[in-house]
Amino acid sequence: MSISSYHDGRRPVPFRQKLAEINWALVALIALIACTGFAMLYSAAGGSFAPWAERQMIRFVIGFMILVVVACVDLRVWMGLAYPAYLFSLLLLVAVEVAGRVGLGAQRWIELGPLQLQPSELMKIALVLALARYLHGLAPGEISRPTRLALALAMIAAPVVLVLMQPNLGTATLLALCGALLLFLAGLSWYWIVPAVAAVIVAVPTAWQFALHDYQKQRVMTFLDPSTDALGAGWNITQAKIALGSGGIVGKGFLMGTQSRLNFLPEKETDFIFTMVGEEFGFFGTMALLAIFAVVIYYGLQTAMRARSQFGRLLAMGITVNFFLYIMINGLMVMGLIPVVGIPMPLISYGGTAMMTVMFGFGLLMSVHVHRSATVPKRSSGMI
Amino acid sequence: MAFSEGNEKSRYASFTRRSLMLSGGMTAIFGLLAGRLYQLQIVDGDDYLAQAEENRISLRLLAPPRARILDRFGVALAGSRRNYRVLLVPEQAHGVSAALDALSKVIPLNDRIRVRVIKDAAARKPFMPVLVAENLSWDDFARLNLDLPYLRGVQPDVGETRDYPYAEELAHLLGYVAAVSPEEKAQNAENGDPLLDVPGFRMGKRGIEKAFDTEIRGRAGANRVEVNAYGRVIRELERQPGKPGDDVYLTIDRELQSFMYQRLKDDSAGAAVMDVETGDVLALVSTPGFDPNAFNVGLTPEQWSGLNGDDHKPLVNKVLAGFYPPGSTFKTVTALTALDTGAITPDTIFHCSGEYSLGSHAFHCWKKGGHGGLNVEGGLKNSCDCFFYQVALKLGIDALEAGARRLGLGAATGIEIPGERSGFIPDRYWKQARYKEPWQLGETLVAGIGQGYILTTPLQLCVLAARLASGMQVVPRIVHSLGPQRQPRPPVEPIGFSPDALAAVRQGMNAVTNEPGGTAYAYRITDPAMAMAGKTGTAQMRVISEEERRHGVRSNESLPWNLRDHGLFIGFAPVEKPRYACAVVIEHGGLNAHPQVVLARDALMLAQKRDILGRPPAYPLNSASL
Repeated sequence: MSISSYHDGRRPVPFRQKLAEINWALVALIALIACTGFAMLYSAAGGSFAPWAERQMIRFVIGFMILVVVACVDLRVWMGLAYPAYLFSLLLLVAVEVAGRVGLGAQRWIELGPLQLQPSELMKIALVLALARYLHGLAPGEISRPTRLALALAMIAAPVVLVLMQPNLGTATLLALCGALLLFLAGLSWYWIVPAVAAVIVAVPTAWQFALHDYQKQRVMTFLDPSTDALGAGWNITQAKIALGSGGIVGKGFLMGTQSRLNFLPEKETDFIFTMVGEEFGFFGTMALLAIFAVVIYYGLQTAMRARSQFGRLLAMGITVNFFLYIMINGLMVMGLIPVVGIPMPLISYGGTAMMTVMFGFGLLMSVHVHRSATVPKRSSGMI
Repeated sequence: MAFSEGNEKSRYASFTRRSLMLSGGMTAIFGLLAGRLYQLQIVDGDDYLAQAEENRISLRLLAPPRARILDRFGVALAGSRRNYRVLLVPEQAHGVSAALDALSKVIPLNDRIRVRVIKDAAARKPFMPVLVAENLSWDDFARLNLDLPYLRGVQPDVGETRDYPYAEELAHLLGYVAAVSPEEKAQNAENGDPLLDVPGFRMGKRGIEKAFDTEIRGRAGANRVEVNAYGRVIRELERQPGKPGDDVYLTIDRELQSFMYQRLKDDSAGAAVMDVETGDVLALVSTPGFDPNAFNVGLTPEQWSGLNGDDHKPLVNKVLAGFYPPGSTFKTVTALTALDTGAITPDTIFHCSGEYSLGSHAFHCWKKGGHGGLNVEGGLKNSCDCFFYQVALKLGIDALEAGARRLGLGAATGIEIPGERSGFIPDRYWKQARYKEPWQLGETLVAGIGQGYILTTPLQLCVLAARLASGMQVVPRIVHSLGPQRQPRPPVEPIGFSPDALAAVRQGMNAVTNEPGGTAYAYRITDPAMAMAGKTGTAQMRVISEEERRHGVRSNESLPWNLRDHGLFIGFAPVEKPRYACAVVIEHGGLNAHPQVVLARDALMLAQKRDILGRPPAYPLNSASL
């Protein structure tokens, strides 16, 4: 009980004390993963910091500062910001739908001056915050009441539908899964869960028929049999598997990956960067990376378990689950186990918004850790 | 606080339970990822490594330099020269069309080139260079290099191209190289020389280039290169040089060949000089020639129609594939066969009155008043038609045909150049089968003076002269060795005619050139050590009517070119110990000036002079001749 003064929750705690409370071991692991990313981006550019590694490093530094600041902001402030953030993100999602620019055949960005904003990324954090706050306010078992559940589902469904319309199947799936898992963690009755899972299984063929875009269907089809389109859409999957597999046990060595260097790997600096790890560092490398990821997730679980408030617990688990889902979807995708959807490998793939989102999320996780002993009222304490 | 302590406890317990379940699920997914990686990287790792190597390594063929063709003294008749080319790399140019516009200010480019370049550029990856023009002059190439900074995407390049320094002089003999045709590619699919698929590869299409193409082209080398996903070469991993082809050493004497070609180039003619003992061919001339260098680059339609439309038929190799009635040169065959079979003796005398009557038909001698009584020497010397009508009649067509064949007529000589034709010697069975009527005696008479159905090539006439001179079954050979490997040559057998008969014919041929009154006395070689023996011939190209005969036969000079007689000559020298044989056929060249005899004389003289110079052939082995 190092921060005993938190019990009264009134007196402000000195910033320096909060800094000391940050789980620096976890931060070190995050930095280690990010460094792996820098190395891979350096290699992807043929042994050059330009154009990717240097910019990714700058982003990480900014992300690191965001993490520290977010970690030091009181958990109750975040709770107060939960709903406004959610509404703001939802509004932005509507805005991209209306005025967003078309990029890669999907409306995903919004221009804010020099800044390109991806509202779907913001929503990954905002949804977790909002759901954690909503579920925090419910008594045990209350979530299983139809009205309460309906509202929670609506909170999940609204962004999911908007993101699907962009269309961005990967992020929509991630949002839906993350929301559903939070409901599960909040104690949703099995009487709801079992039929819901069954319904999803039934709904998949229907969605295939009516909801998916042609390019999404094609991705699924080529996933099921990459050889049917070996030079088109199946190329990505085939070449990713070759890159991973050809790394063998110890890999071809740093900067020696032929698949990536000779451009056989598509999107090697973004979605498919994990295959570069596999190609250059082999089975040892991929296992080591997965192990570090597992430890980070373990720290997330530990943070959630130690938090005193339901809000803190759900927030920590939400962030952790979100992080896990990134890894899971990207990993399964590059290994050819699920169709290609545009989900990056967190902290490693090149990309500004994803890096900020992930670091912001870890900031929240750290905030839960720093303020683990704080009690949080059922409703916002009016700090906002 | 909204919840009781108990509520909070149960909520925490529930959360913990669910979290652990979720952790279990996450662990399972991690296990799945790890298992999949194990499968991909360890179980199937070698397969994927092989696929990655297959991705990155590309095997490119290297064409070895085409071997040379040399004459007997080591002079290169076909070799390689620098080919100044200009390439365009589309991705470096600001538009192919604009680049061609800029380029056309420096070097000449026509519309045909423009269309082809734009088509080629569209069909290939943008980093693949497209050939714009080749065989540029040095001036153009130098100007191009000077302007290079202003020509984006333009790449000067120095390649190699087949070069025939003596161009027309040896065109029919050497042949030429040209791009591989689709039919040749299809044929090659079975034998499978990968070289033929190399872009820009040229293969032998005619002559020696075709006959020894496989030996000359050599074996392909290979270049293992690393390529990226777009096929661009990143670096070379390994280079296996191919095996260069074997140089071909010919028996040809380039100087003699050039000399004869230059003398005949305005005519339509075929001529050959060969060694009477070994069969080595020293010159094999067909005129007019064509420029084989043009075929290498690809003929323009104008060049092609020019070659095809010419009435002198430059594309026909007349010395091997031109058919000519041997005319009076055939009288040597008639004489030798008759002497050998005993139909006549050297002293047998026949009378010539200017015409010979057989049944109701009169057969004329070329000399209106007739020659009077002649033996075989006189018959040959004066080329008396009536004498040989009677010899042929006595001999009969069957013996005459057999004799002609023994002397090498009516069958291909087997020289190592493709496209040789066999000529024709008629016989009874052929006549019956072809015309459904028996052989006529009159046809025997006509055959006896080398007219009628008989057709020969100039090379066959040269072989005839050689066999008469040496009495051996000489076979013409033009390739001495391939690289260090000497071509096998079967030993030369005697021809089987009696030496007395051969001596009598040679004596007659000596009289033709070296005795006053002989038909070629005016064109003899006066140096006795080099003296030539021979036999003139004229192949009549039209029927002379009785009307014309009465008023005097029109001279060849007064007739249009294509109605004039063919002029022929066979000869050998020196008379005492024959070394070289020569045959010359000039189409429609039967003129009073006897250009064919003059040429044969000069060629035989030149051959002997070069021989006397004592220069041994520059063959790679210590072998002058057989």
